[in-house]
Amino acid sequence: MRSGFRQRLLSPQGIVTVVALCVLLLAVVFAPIVWGPAAALTAVADRGQGPSGAHPFGTDDLGRDVLARVLVATRLSVLLALGSTTIAIVGGTTLGVVATVLPRPVRRMVTALIDILLSFPWLLLTLFFSVIWGASASGAMLAVGFADVPTVARLTYTLASSVTGRDYVRAARIVGVGHAGVIVRHVLPNILPPLLVNTAAHASAALLSFAGLSFLGLGVQAPEFDWGRLLREGVARIYVNPMVALGPGIAIVLTGLILNSIGSLTGETASSALPPPRARARRRPGAPERAGSAAVVEAADLRVSFPGPDGGLVERVRGVSLTIAPGETVGIVGASGSGKSVTAMAIAGLLPGEAHVGAETLRFQDIDMTSPPTSAERGRLGLELAVIFQDPLTSLNPSLTIERQLTEVSEVHDGVPRKEARRRARDVLESVGITEPERRARQYPHELSGGMRQRAMLGMGLMGRPRLIIADEPTTALDVTVQRQVLRVLHEARRRTGSAILFISHDIALVSGFCDRVLVMKDGEIVEELAASGLAQAAHPYTRALVACVPHMTTDRSRPLPVIGDGDVAEEARA
Amino acid sequence: MAIPPGAAPGPASLPADLTRVGPALPGRRPSPRASFLLRRSGRALVSLGVVVAATFLVVHLVPGDPVRAALGPSATPELVQRTRAELGLDKPALQQFADYLSGLLRGDLGISLRSHRPVSATLAERFPTTLTLAGLAFLVAALGAVPIGVATAVSAWGGRRRSLHSVVSWLLGGLIAIPNFLLAVGFIALFGITMNVLPVAGWGGAAEAVLPAAALAIGPMAYLARIVHVEMLAVLGTPYMTTARSKRLPARLLYLRHALPNMITAALASGGLILTGLVAGTVLIEAVFVIPGLGSTIVASITAKDYPMIQGVVLVYALLVLALNLLIDLALSGLDPRSSIMEG
Repeated sequence: MRSGFRQRLLSPQGIVTVVALCVLLLAVVFAPIVWGPAAALTAVADRGQGPSGAHPFGTDDLGRDVLARVLVATRLSVLLALGSTTIAIVGGTTLGVVATVLPRPVRRMVTALIDILLSFPWLLLTLFFSVIWGASASGAMLAVGFADVPTVARLTYTLASSVTGRDYVRAARIVGVGHAGVIVRHVLPNILPPLLVNTAAHASAALLSFAGLSFLGLGVQAPEFDWGRLLREGVARIYVNPMVALGPGIAIVLTGLILNSIGSLTGETASSALPPPRARARRRPGAPERAGSAAVVEAADLRVSFPGPDGGLVERVRGVSLTIAPGETVGIVGASGSGKSVTAMAIAGLLPGEAHVGAETLRFQDIDMTSPPTSAERGRLGLELAVIFQDPLTSLNPSLTIERQLTEVSEVHDGVPRKEARRRARDVLESVGITEPERRARQYPHELSGGMRQRAMLGMGLMGRPRLIIADEPTTALDVTVQRQVLRVLHEARRRTGSAILFISHDIALVSGFCDRVLVMKDGEIVEELAASGLAQAAHPYTRALVACVPHMTTDRSRPLPVIGDGDVAEEARA
Repeated sequence: MAIPPGAAPGPASLPADLTRVGPALPGRRPSPRASFLLRRSGRALVSLGVVVAATFLVVHLVPGDPVRAALGPSATPELVQRTRAELGLDKPALQQFADYLSGLLRGDLGISLRSHRPVSATLAERFPTTLTLAGLAFLVAALGAVPIGVATAVSAWGGRRRSLHSVVSWLLGGLIAIPNFLLAVGFIALFGITMNVLPVAGWGGAAEAVLPAAALAIGPMAYLARIVHVEMLAVLGTPYMTTARSKRLPARLLYLRHALPNMITAALASGGLILTGLVAGTVLIEAVFVIPGLGSTIVASITAKDYPMIQGVVLVYALLVLALNLLIDLALSGLDPRSSIMEG
C-alpha cells in the first residue's frame, strides 16, 4: 500500500494535487495578510464594475475588489470546513467505538438510531441542527459537523465490530483487559488508518455543505465573509456582474476538487475500472477455406488467451484440434484450469470480450465462428447450438419466469407466435421430466429445486433444433441421485433429437460411462484421445492418473486416495 | 453526506435460496415479501416516532429562552409571557408533548410567530410547489441516468469506444462534484444573462421550471448514472447473461428483458439515498431561483426563529423522505421476484 501511495503521488494527478494543495495552504495562511486591505477597501466610484485589468473579477456594490475578497475568504472557508470535519470525525468515532462496547439492547438501539438518521439527507440534518444553534458561523460549524456524525459513526461501528470479534481481542478480554483498555490498545489503532483515509472526502463534503448554509444566510454573517456568503451577495448582483457570483463558486468547486483528489490519493482503491479491450477473434491468414463439411464442430489449432494480471497475455488454450461428428457424444475431462470450459465456450462463441481467440479453423456446421455471425447465422446458432452450464441457479435469469426463458428462442428465431411457443414450452418441460409443467412454467427459477432448474435449462436448449448440446459440468452442482436423473434426461434428449453432445467434466468415471469418445486436457492441450471403452489402455500418464483416482470395489480403503501431483500417482497406476 | 460509491452486491452474489428464511410459524409461513414489507414498515414507524420527537424537542434544545430569542430584545416581558403561554411552553414538558401529539393528529401545527397564520395553512400553500419541483427533478434524473448508465456499461463491456467511455466517466465525475446551488448560479449566468433564453426567478409557468429542475436533477442524475453503470456491468458478467447470449437474442431483448430488471432493483437499492437527497436539495434551489416553496419558508423561519413554522416544515420534509423510502421499498419488493434483497 505504501509503495502504491508513492506511485500515485508521482502520477500526473498526484503532482497536480500536491501543487494545488500547497497553493491552497499558502492562500489560507497569507491571503488575509496580503489582500486583506484590498478586500476591505471601499471605493464608491468603482462600485459594481465588471472585470477589468485592475479588478479581474470586477467590484462589488461597495467598490471592493471581488478577487481579493475571494482570496481572503479562503482562510475562513477552509478553517470552518476543517472545524466541522473535526467535529464529525471525533464525534462519530467516539459514538461508533462506544457503541461496540455497550450492552446488547442499548447497542441495538444506538445503531438503529444511527441508521434512521442516515436515511435522512444531510441537508435536512444540517438544517435541523442549525435551528438549535442559530444562524452564525459557529452554529453552522456545529450543525455541519453534527450532521455528518452518523455517517462517521456507522463506518466506525462497522470497522470496530470487525476488530472486537477477533481472537486476540477476545484473548485480551479473557486475561482481564477492560473496555477502555481494549478500545485504546486494540480497536483504535486498527480502525484509525481507514478512518483517516476518509477524512479528505468528509472535508470536501463539509466545505460544500458550509458553502450551502452560508449561501442560505444561515452560516457566516456580515461583515465577515466566507465563499458561501460571497456567493449569496454575488447572486443578488449577478445581472450587474456575473463574476461576483461565479468567482466564489469557482473557488468552492476547485477546493472541493482538491480535497476529493487528496481522498483518492490516500484511498487504497484508486479504481480505474476500465473495461477489457475488445475481443479479437481472428483467423490465421492463409487458413484453408473448407465449405460444406459434414462435422458438427471442427476446430484446428484453437488458441485462446486472456489478459494476465501483469498486463501481458496468458494462453489458456494452446493449439486444440477436435472434430465432433453429428450425433456423437464427446467428453472432455481435465482438472480445473485445464482449459476445457474455455475450449467449449470458444466453440460456442461465448467467450467474454477480453478473450483473444485464434484458430486455423473454428466452425460450427458451416458457420465460421472466428468472425461475428450474420443475423441469419445468429438465428441458426440460437436454434441449433444449446449450452447447459454448471450452476443452473445462477445461469437462469432470476427475474423472468421459466416459461419466458423457454419461449423466447422459438419466438425470436423461429417466428413462432407466443401462444404456440407456450404450448411447446409445456411439452418440452414435460419431456425433460418436469412434473406439473403448467404450474412450473409460471414459476421463477428460485422456486424450483436444483435438479429441476437443470432440467429447465436443458429444456431451453431443446426449444430449438439442437445439432450440438454443450454441457459444461452440468451435474457438478447437483447431488448424486439428481446427477443420474439429469444425465438420463440428457441421454434421452440426444436420442430424440440426434444432437451431438460435448460433455465437459472433471469426473472421468462419469464421462466414460456417458460418452463415445473422451478427450483428456491438461494445461490447455489435449494430451490424449480415446474411445470411452478403451480407458484401461490409456497411454498418457496423466490419463492413467485420472483413472487411478476413481475408487472402485477393490480399492484399499485403509490407504488415502491418490492425488495427482508430481507424477507419483502415475507411477502407482502403472504398478 | 459522504456516500461511498460502493455498490450493493450484484445479483450474482446474493443468496437467493429462500430455504434460508428459516423456520416459521407452524402451518402459516409468511412470504418473504410480506415479512420484508412488515419489517420496513416497522422501521418507517420507528423513524416517524423519532421525527415527531425530534421536531418537538428542537424548541427545547435551543440554548437560552427560545421565546425571548424569537421576539428579540425589544419585546416587553408581558409579550414574552403571553407568547410563551400561546406556545404552551409554560406547561409541564409531558403535557406539552401530549398537546403537540394531539395537535398533529388534528392537523393543528400551531400559529406562526411571524405571520400569525396557522402553520398548516402556509404548508398547504407551499408544499405543492416543492413537490412539483422535486418530482420534475426526479423524472429528469431517473430518465437521464438509466440510458446513460446502461449505454456506457454496454459499451464498456464489449471493450469498445474506450476513449468515449473515459470522457463520459470524467464528465459524470465533474457533475457529481459540483453542488446543485453552484450549478444553478452557473445556469443563471449562462442561460439567463449571457443567452437570455430562460427566466431565472419565480415560479408558475413551464419555462420557469426548466432551470430549477435541471440544476436540481443533474448532480443526482450523474451519481445515479454511475450506479446504473456499475450495476449493469455486474449484471452483464453474470452466468444468466451468458445463457441469454447463448440464445443469440437481439440486443434489444438481451438488455431490456434480461439485464434491465435485474439491474434496476440493484440500482434502486443503492440509489435510494440519492433520491431522498433530491427532496432536501429543493431548499438550496428554491433559494437561488426565489421559488415560494417549503425550502424558502424554512430558511426564512430559521432566520426569524419562528419555531412553530420550523417544526411544521421540518416535519413535512421528514415525512416526505420517509414516504419516499417506503415507496422505494415497495418498488423493490414488487420488482424482484427472488426477494433476495429482502432478507437483509
